[in-house]
Amino acid sequence: MADTRTITVTVNGRVCSREVETRLTLADFLRHELNLTGTHVGCEHGVCGACTVLVGGVSARACLMLAVQCDGREVATVESLADGDELNPLQQAFRDNHGLQCGFCTPGILMTLTEFLRDHPDPGEAEVRDVLSGNLCRCTGYQAIVAATLDAAKRMRGGA
Amino acid sequence: MVATGFGASVKRKEDPAFLQGKGQFVDDIHLPGMLHAAFARSPYAHARVGRIDKAAALAVPGVHTVITYADLPESVRRQTLPLLVPHPAIKQAYMPYALAKDEACYAGEPVACVIADSRYIAEDAAQLVAVEYEPLPAANDCRAALEPGAPLAHAGAESNVAARFPVKVGDAERAFVTAAHVFRERIHQHRGGAFFMECRGAVACYEAPAQSYLLYVSSQGSHRLKRCMLDMFELGDHQVRVVAPDVGGGFGPKGSFYPEYVNVAVASRLTNRPVKWIEDRRENFLATHQERDQYWDVEIAVDAGAKIIGVRGQLIHETGAYVPWGIVLPWITATTVPGPYVIPNFKLEVVSVFTNKIQTTPVRGAGRPEAVVTMERLMDRVARELKLDRAGVRARNFIRPEQMPYNVGIIFRDGRPVTYDSGDYPACQAAALATADYEEFPRRQAEARGSGRYLGIGISNAVEATGLGPYEGATVRVATSGKIVVYTGAAPQGQSHKTTLAQIAADQLGVDYDDVTVVTSDTAGISLGIGSFAARTAVNAGSSVHLAAREVADKAKKIAAGMMECMEDDLELADGCVRLKSAPDVRKSLREIAVKSIGMPGFSMAGGLPPGLEHTAYFTPERSVYSNGTHVAEVEVDIETGAVKIVRYTVAHDCGRVINPMIVDGQVVGGVAHGVGNALYERLVYDDNAQPVSTNFGEYLLPLATDVPHVDLVHLETPSPLNPLGMKGAGEGGTIPAIAAIISAVENALAPFGVTIAEAPITPQRIVELLGPAALGRTA
Repeated sequence: MADTRTITVTVNGRVCSREVETRLTLADFLRHELNLTGTHVGCEHGVCGACTVLVGGVSARACLMLAVQCDGREVATVESLADGDELNPLQQAFRDNHGLQCGFCTPGILMTLTEFLRDHPDPGEAEVRDVLSGNLCRCTGYQAIVAATLDAAKRMRGGA
Repeated sequence: MVATGFGASVKRKEDPAFLQGKGQFVDDIHLPGMLHAAFARSPYAHARVGRIDKAAALAVPGVHTVITYADLPESVRRQTLPLLVPHPAIKQAYMPYALAKDEACYAGEPVACVIADSRYIAEDAAQLVAVEYEPLPAANDCRAALEPGAPLAHAGAESNVAARFPVKVGDAERAFVTAAHVFRERIHQHRGGAFFMECRGAVACYEAPAQSYLLYVSSQGSHRLKRCMLDMFELGDHQVRVVAPDVGGGFGPKGSFYPEYVNVAVASRLTNRPVKWIEDRRENFLATHQERDQYWDVEIAVDAGAKIIGVRGQLIHETGAYVPWGIVLPWITATTVPGPYVIPNFKLEVVSVFTNKIQTTPVRGAGRPEAVVTMERLMDRVARELKLDRAGVRARNFIRPEQMPYNVGIIFRDGRPVTYDSGDYPACQAAALATADYEEFPRRQAEARGSGRYLGIGISNAVEATGLGPYEGATVRVATSGKIVVYTGAAPQGQSHKTTLAQIAADQLGVDYDDVTVVTSDTAGISLGIGSFAARTAVNAGSSVHLAAREVADKAKKIAAGMMECMEDDLELADGCVRLKSAPDVRKSLREIAVKSIGMPGFSMAGGLPPGLEHTAYFTPERSVYSNGTHVAEVEVDIETGAVKIVRYTVAHDCGRVINPMIVDGQVVGGVAHGVGNALYERLVYDDNAQPVSTNFGEYLLPLATDVPHVDLVHLETPSPLNPLGMKGAGEGGTIPAIAAIISAVENALAPFGVTIAEAPITPQRIVELLGPAALGRTA
């Protein structure tokens, strides 16, 4: 029989208890157990970054973590960013700068940048490109993502 | 009111959902009772498939069934997957079965399909399907595969030749006799794959009461998929509905029909449950179509003034194991070679060759980037040999704007002569060179060399056939709620059709683009469709939306004129109403008009108009429209490590009239990134037995944010005369000239060492190899 554990994870502020297989990835836990399908799975080997979430406030590849590793911890996903239907400044900057096309890599990029802009409120272009180099995007050529990130940083510094 | 119609850089309607994680990609679809599929795939590039023992797999708790070739319905066993574009030049039309019958012809070919309660269980059990394989010699290299006695990619084939055809203009043989100079290049080009971020996937739901299938597929066109399903299962039109949900990138290969889609449908019917299959990234490397190898042997003949007299040669093109798109890919390549240049005599002998690797079909650019690399390598060669400026050699060979429309003299795959409709190639190159500060480059280069740094600059020009027929349609409907919906067979994968097509409709209907909902790629929405590839949607679907919305507007005026007892000419559409021009407060809302348009039970329709406030249009272009562009790349090459850094990148491009400039910029810049990958990083490596050895993103490198340069864009706008809004395609123009420009720049940087480059991609290892002793610090 499959090896299972009961885990309790706080996801986007909501406490969730589930009995899960020990081999279940965090990505599949979020997507299939909690129906939070905003976290996307692009490579399942930790390179593309589409599945990036914050675990205890630190970015992590949800495809490389097991759900059981998150027992007792806090996880934040792309679904946590907007206030109702109101986009946060980072999301709004992505829309205004055309920082997404197909939208598949976007959730992971937003979570990577959420952590980055929290810790680096006034980054330069080179720093932004450096942090983005951990996420693959096949549509945009990154240019509009870089512009959106710098724009978002400015808005967030301005208290917008 | 802020203008939101044609020409406005409005924000995308798609974004709010995507930014909140509310997109609906195929793996986000969950149906009650859904089961999951995983495939047992051939571990050999070429093998006979013998007995299959399913017992161990079936014994795994949670496994529902295991499907092999023998378990497929009779009609599916009887036929191979359809060849989408047949052509008389195809000598051997090998296509795969939905599951390998008795022979597997590439590593990764599906052999059995396991259906289980979860994907985890299905994958466990797929490992336990015991297949007796008898390995056969594999055809690996498409050149070697042409040699006598080479292993055959298909047992019993007459040879490995899939197709052979010439492309000709004028009399190349005679032209070469009279030439002042003839130069020959042998070029190896390798393009990788699409590597969209969302792998392929499908959900099939067999609905027993209706004896019909509903398929959600991450695809670039539902209607062609439906047609394939109808053929494979021998069903009536009402028995298959295909829907493409949100699609996470496509770039060509998601436009193909794959065996996995047949299998999930079969499995759903067998289990009477919905069945989902989601490709993992390793499968994506094994079993999603790629582009890969072309070997060119070409010559250019020029007169004493460096004017081209002719180009001739041979192209060996790898088709892989099967020919799903016939000869489309090499044909596009061959017909793209002349580009923006006057080439009075041209002859290319093309041979398309089977190997035991996943088949090659169009990837963003669709064989055109390779043609541009070849032509631009020849142009650089002429300039180098004759000691002329590279831009100048190109300028003296351009087709002039006053020569438009220009008949190139060859036949495109739509059967029509390649006739450029519009464009100003000299102006395009001039604009790119000015923005790239080309004139000052020698100074920058000399300065850098002074401090031991090697800068290079490269130019490339391309002309791209876009807006290919036969059509894409649109139904524009005002519902009795007053809400406006556009249905189209176009299938966006990031191109923003839900925004741009709404903009076009909004113009005609006097509403905001936010008031128009665009429903894409659902076979229940519109009866015919082709799909989104080949930079064809703006021209085809856009024109159809324009025509259909105009008809709806006219009809609304006719009905309103009856209701308001006035003349149609006195009316206009604005603010969601039809109103009197002279007294805007006298009006009927589109909702009222839509209600009127459907009639009332028992009453005759007034005015003889057909019912409904809707219209369907299928714009059928008479031929392709041609976008063009010039790219200028400036690179720095580290001669010790072979690393290439793109320090400046300029694109001048012309895609006619632009619906939404913000979105076109995004398409072009994104396209450049794909070209950067193809020029410098992306290589699909196979061993001598045709085993793929680069099957993850650690071994196969996609360009990162630190690799792709900032792109400076210059827009030119030469409207096409061939469609009502003057549009041309924009989806691939960013990719097509990029490889050639970057390769040229690398060669230019390494000129002091006498390095010439006749291949793509050009990786650091290869650059160091080409530099030889120079890379060790012994400079020239």
